[in-house]
Amino acid sequence: MTQSPLDLALRLGDDALILSQRLCEWCGHAPTLEIDLALSNIGLDLLGQAQFFLDYAGQLEGAGRDADVLAYHREEHEFKNCLLAEQPNGDFARTMVRQFFFSSWQLLRFQELARSSDEHFAAIAAKALKEIAYHLQFSADWVVRLGDGTEESRTRVQTALAWCWRFVDELFAGDDGVLRPAWEARVSATLAQAGLSLPAPVRGITGGREGRHSEHLGHLLAEMQYLQRVHPGAQW
Amino acid sequence: MKNITPIWEVFVRAKNGLSHRHVGSVHAADASSAVEAARDVYTRRMEGVSLWVVPSNAITASDPGDAAALFAPAEDKIYRHPTFYTVPDNVKHI
Repeated sequence: MTQSPLDLALRLGDDALILSQRLCEWCGHAPTLEIDLALSNIGLDLLGQAQFFLDYAGQLEGAGRDADVLAYHREEHEFKNCLLAEQPNGDFARTMVRQFFFSSWQLLRFQELARSSDEHFAAIAAKALKEIAYHLQFSADWVVRLGDGTEESRTRVQTALAWCWRFVDELFAGDDGVLRPAWEARVSATLAQAGLSLPAPVRGITGGREGRHSEHLGHLLAEMQYLQRVHPGAQW
Repeated sequence: MKNITPIWEVFVRAKNGLSHRHVGSVHAADASSAVEAARDVYTRRMEGVSLWVVPSNAITASDPGDAAALFAPAEDKIYRHPTFYTVPDNVKHI
């Protein structure tokens, strides 16, 4: 199945938007001020990416919808983000593993996108790659540190790997399957530094790309969209 | 709970040609995560092009009690200020 540019823009934009919302949930709740700022920074990088992709999606659609309208006035089943992005934060280990899996995938996907003949996509990807490189470094460092830390942190990171692992298949559905070997090689190399390894194969859960989401997305959207739904077009 | 995360002093170089300036401190378990924390806390608004982090306990400070002996003797030696020279306009950061 060939992906339309509109579908691709919505997928990549929704991935960034939904994960951004998740990361910003940590604001004021992270274990330290340093982590609090780091997670919000990553969230805001992703929000910027989402804005570019969704504005472009709006242009491609040609129905006069911009990024804000697409973010705040679509229903759950219209979102095309991967299921990994919408998973609840859980503990800090799960947030880091989710980010590590996602950023590892995003890096490979965007390296490809940067070579796209579509100059909008290529420009967004080129800008985002610098951000993603840092997100990956940050999350990979924490995965190693937790995996190689105390018995408690190691248990938590292993639990997180198993939790997030079920949502990896979806990242490599369709044409993106060619990226999987490179992804697994990079991820395994990082995990090996902490004496961790990828979980055994499981039956992956998919559906987000087609708008079939977990129960978690509805709750996330209720919070994210509330103000614009109650006061459409409100500005502050 | 005992706080076992060490403190690091953070220095930022605002732009090439300037020296690193102390801007504050962060908590971090090791040097590389201290650099990441410093980046996230102190360079979010394009404040710098380079970072140094130094373990706070590596810094030996002067004793405030010695301040009079250390610093007061300089007070009446204004001839040490290079105020008798004309500084060319194009010399910055002096």
